[in-house]
Amino acid sequence: MQGFPFQPEQASTVARSVDELYLFLTALTVFFSTVIFATIFYFMIKYRRRSPGERPKAIEGSLPLEILWTAIPTLIVAVIFVWSSSLYVRNAEPPKGAMEIFVTGKQWMWKVQHPEGQREINELHVPLGRPVKLTMTSEDVIHDFFVPAFRVKKDVLPGRYTSMWFQPTQLGTFHLFCAQYCGAFHAGMIGSVIVMEPDEYERWLAGSVQGESPEAAGEKLFLQQGCGTCHLADGTGPGPSLLGVYGNQVKLTTGDSVLADDGYMRESLLAPRAKIVAGYIPIMPSFQGQLTEEQIGNLIAYLRVLGKLQPPKPKEEGKK
Amino acid sequence: MSTATLEPRVHAPRNYLNADYGWKSWLFTLDHKRIALLYLVSITFFFIIGGSFAVLMRIQLVDPQGAIVQPETYNKLFTLHGVVMIFFFLIPSIPAVLGNFLVPLMVGARDLAFPKLNLLSWYIYIVGGLFTLYSAIAGGVDTGWTFYTPYSSTYSNTQVTAVAIGVFITGFSSILTGLNFIVTIHKMRAPGLTWFRMPLFLWATYATSIIMVLGTPVLAITIFLLALEHLFHVGIFSPALGGDPLLFQHLFWFYSHPAVYIMILPAMGVVSEIIACFARKRIFGYKIVAFSSVAIAVLGFLVWGHHMFVTGQSVYAGIIFSLLSFLVAIPSAIKVFNWTATLYKGSISFDAPMLYAMGFIGLFTMGGLTGLFLASLATDVHLNGTYFVVAHFHYIMVGGAVMGYLGGIHFWWPKISGRKYPNGWAALAAAIIFIGFNLTFFPQFVLGYLGMPRRYAFYPAEFQVLNVMSSAGATVLGVGYLIPLIYLFWSMRYGPIAEPNPWGATGLEWKTPSPPPTENFTEIPVVTEEAYAYAEEEAGHE
Repeated sequence: MQGFPFQPEQASTVARSVDELYLFLTALTVFFSTVIFATIFYFMIKYRRRSPGERPKAIEGSLPLEILWTAIPTLIVAVIFVWSSSLYVRNAEPPKGAMEIFVTGKQWMWKVQHPEGQREINELHVPLGRPVKLTMTSEDVIHDFFVPAFRVKKDVLPGRYTSMWFQPTQLGTFHLFCAQYCGAFHAGMIGSVIVMEPDEYERWLAGSVQGESPEAAGEKLFLQQGCGTCHLADGTGPGPSLLGVYGNQVKLTTGDSVLADDGYMRESLLAPRAKIVAGYIPIMPSFQGQLTEEQIGNLIAYLRVLGKLQPPKPKEEGKK
Repeated sequence: MSTATLEPRVHAPRNYLNADYGWKSWLFTLDHKRIALLYLVSITFFFIIGGSFAVLMRIQLVDPQGAIVQPETYNKLFTLHGVVMIFFFLIPSIPAVLGNFLVPLMVGARDLAFPKLNLLSWYIYIVGGLFTLYSAIAGGVDTGWTFYTPYSSTYSNTQVTAVAIGVFITGFSSILTGLNFIVTIHKMRAPGLTWFRMPLFLWATYATSIIMVLGTPVLAITIFLLALEHLFHVGIFSPALGGDPLLFQHLFWFYSHPAVYIMILPAMGVVSEIIACFARKRIFGYKIVAFSSVAIAVLGFLVWGHHMFVTGQSVYAGIIFSLLSFLVAIPSAIKVFNWTATLYKGSISFDAPMLYAMGFIGLFTMGGLTGLFLASLATDVHLNGTYFVVAHFHYIMVGGAVMGYLGGIHFWWPKISGRKYPNGWAALAAAIIFIGFNLTFFPQFVLGYLGMPRRYAFYPAEFQVLNVMSSAGATVLGVGYLIPLIYLFWSMRYGPIAEPNPWGATGLEWKTPSPPPTENFTEIPVVTEEAYAYAEEEAGHE
C-alpha cells in the first residue's frame, strides 16, 4: 500500500472511470464552495455595519437571477446524472465469458467456491485480466461484498442471489470488507482478494486442496435428494424434465413465462409451489432448511449443465 | 431544576416565567413557552447522553484494535448514539423547542391551537425516551439506528423491542406537534398576516410539519411489523420465515430520508430569520425561498431508494431514484444562493447568532455538495456504507441542523430567558464548533473514499492516521459544545436584562416584552407589512 494515500489503488477496469467522476465531483465541490464562501466573505467585509443606525434599502429579489441560479445547478446535476448513470449501466452487466465464482456470506466469514471446486475462506484468488462474476448469497443476515481497490460493492442477501463482477488490472492483495453491518464481529468479516498471473492462478488451483467441482457436487446431490425420480430426463415423470431449462423461458400454469435463472431455480427448490410449470401439478416438496446455501449453489450449477442439453420433444415445451 | 435556575428577580414584570412557581406549574402547564422549555431541558439531556456515546466511540477508534471496549459494546454505542441523537435530539430540536416557543408568537396568537395536545406530546416524548434509556441500561441494542432486518428481527439478542417501542412512542409526539403547527399556522394567524407576510421560519416549520404528519406513521407501522416479527415470528422481513429483507429498508427509508428534512428544514428557517436581521435586509427572493422549503419536503418523499443502490435493486429503479435525488439538490442550492444575495448591500453585523448562521451555510454547503457523490450511482457504489456517508450526513445533520439550532437558541435566547449572554464567549464557541466540526468530519470523507466501512469496532492499521485526526477534532468539537451550555446557564441568573428587541429585529415575537407574558400579547397585533421590513421607512421599530 502507498504511504499516505488520498486515493485507493485502482486495480480494476472500472476503477479509473469511477475515479474520474469522483474527481470531477470533487472539483465541482471545491469550485462551488470557494465561489460561495468567497462571495459571502466579500459581502460581509464590504457591507459590514458601519454605524448602528444604518438602514439599507430593501431589495425584492431578481427573477433573472433566480432563473439563472436555478438553471445552472439544474444543468450541472443533469450532466452528473447522465454521466454517473451511464457509467453505472455500463458497469452493471458482466462481460460475456466471465468466470463464475460462488460466494456465501455468513456471520462473520466469506466462503468462496471456484468453478473447479476449490474452496477458500476469507480469501479470493483470481487471475489477472479475466472478468470474474460473483454470484452471492447469505446464510443469515445481510452482508456486503466490498473491494475498495476495484470500486465495486454489492449487498449479499439471505434468501436470494445478487451478483457483481470485476476485472482485475493489477497484481497484488486487496482488502475485502463487509460493508453492511452484520452483528458483533462485523469489523472482523474482512479478507483479501489476491490477484495472480493467470498461470500462477492455474498452479494455485492445481496445488490447493482439490474439491469437487460445483457441477459434480450438484449431480451427486441431485441423485441423493432423489430429484431424478420425478424430474425424468425424457419428460415423462411427474415433474418436468430439467434438460434445456436453465437459461430459457419456462411457461407457467398462469400463462406467464419466466426466465429460468439462478433466482427462479432457487425459488423452485425452496418454494416450489410459487410458480408451477404449465402442464404439471404442485406436488414438489420444499427443500427449505434441508440444503445449505453451498448445496443449493451446487445444485443450480448442475442445472446449468442440464440447461445446455437438448430438451426432450414430447411434453416439455422448451423455447426455441 | 429549571424552576430554580430560571427564577427571575422579584422586581421583574409578570411574564411566563414568573407567572407561577413550583413543579406543578411546569409539569401541568399548557403554555407553549413553558412546554418549549420542558423540551429544551429534555433534549439537552439527551444531547449530552448521545454526545457521551460519541466521545466513547471516538476514543475507541484511536487504536486500530479498538482502544477501550469489545466490539459488541462498540456496536451498542454507535446504535444508541444514532437512536438518541436522531429521535430524541435532532427531530424534536428546532420544531419542539424553538417551534413551540415561536410559532404562536410569530403568528400573533396566544398559544398553539391545541395546548393540551402540546403538553401530551411532551409526555409522550418523555415516555419514549425513558423506554430507550431503560433499554440502554438493560443491556443496550446493537442493530444500528437503521434496525436493518433480518439482523434486528431474528439475529440480534439485544433489547431491540424496547428501543423500537421507545421510537414508536416518540413518533406520536412528532405527529401531534406537526398537527398542532399546521392547524395553528392555517387558522390562527393575526389579522393582516397573509401567507406571504409570514416569516420564513413559519414556512419552514409548516413544511416540516407536513413531513412529520405524513411520514412518521410509516415509521410507526414499520416498527410495529418489526416487533411483530421479533416477538411472534410472523414472517414479514426474514426470508427464513418467508419474508422479504429489503421490504424493511423501503419502509424505513420512506420515513427516515424525509426525517433528514425534518432536521434541516427548520434550521434553514432559523438561518433565514438570522440573516435577515443581521444584514438588515429582506430575504432575497422571499417567495422562492419559501417555496423551496415546500419543494424539498415534497421531493424528500420520493428519494428513499438512493439508500439502496447496492442492495440489488433494479438498475432502472436506481436511475429514477438517482434522478429524483439530484432534483432535491436544486431547491437546496437556490436557498444558499438567495441567502448569499441577501447579504448584498446589507448592513452586516457579526453578533453570535450571525456567526452560527454563517457556520451553517458553510457546513450545509459542504454537506449538500458531497451529497451529489452519493446521489451519483457510479460513485455511490464505491462510497455507500463507508465513512464518506458518515461524514456527509454529519455535515448535514450536525454541521447544518445543530449549527442552525444553536444559532436559533442564541438569536431568541434574550426572548426566551429575558437575559443576554456574553457575546464574546458565544462568538468564540461558534468558531470552536466550526473548526472542531471540520477537524472531526473532514478526515472521514477521505477515510470513506479510501474504503473504510462504517460501523467497524476495529480496522486495518493504514486507516489510523485519519481516525486519530478525527478523534482529535472531536475533542475540540466537544469543548465547543460545552461552552454555550455554561454561559447560557450562567446568563439565566447573571446575564444583563434583555430589552424586548435587542437585535432590532422585525417579527411579532419582538413586539412583546422579553420574556413574554403568559398570554404573549396584551392585544392581538395587526400586521400591516411584509416580513423583514428592515428598510429605512420601517426604521421606527421599538
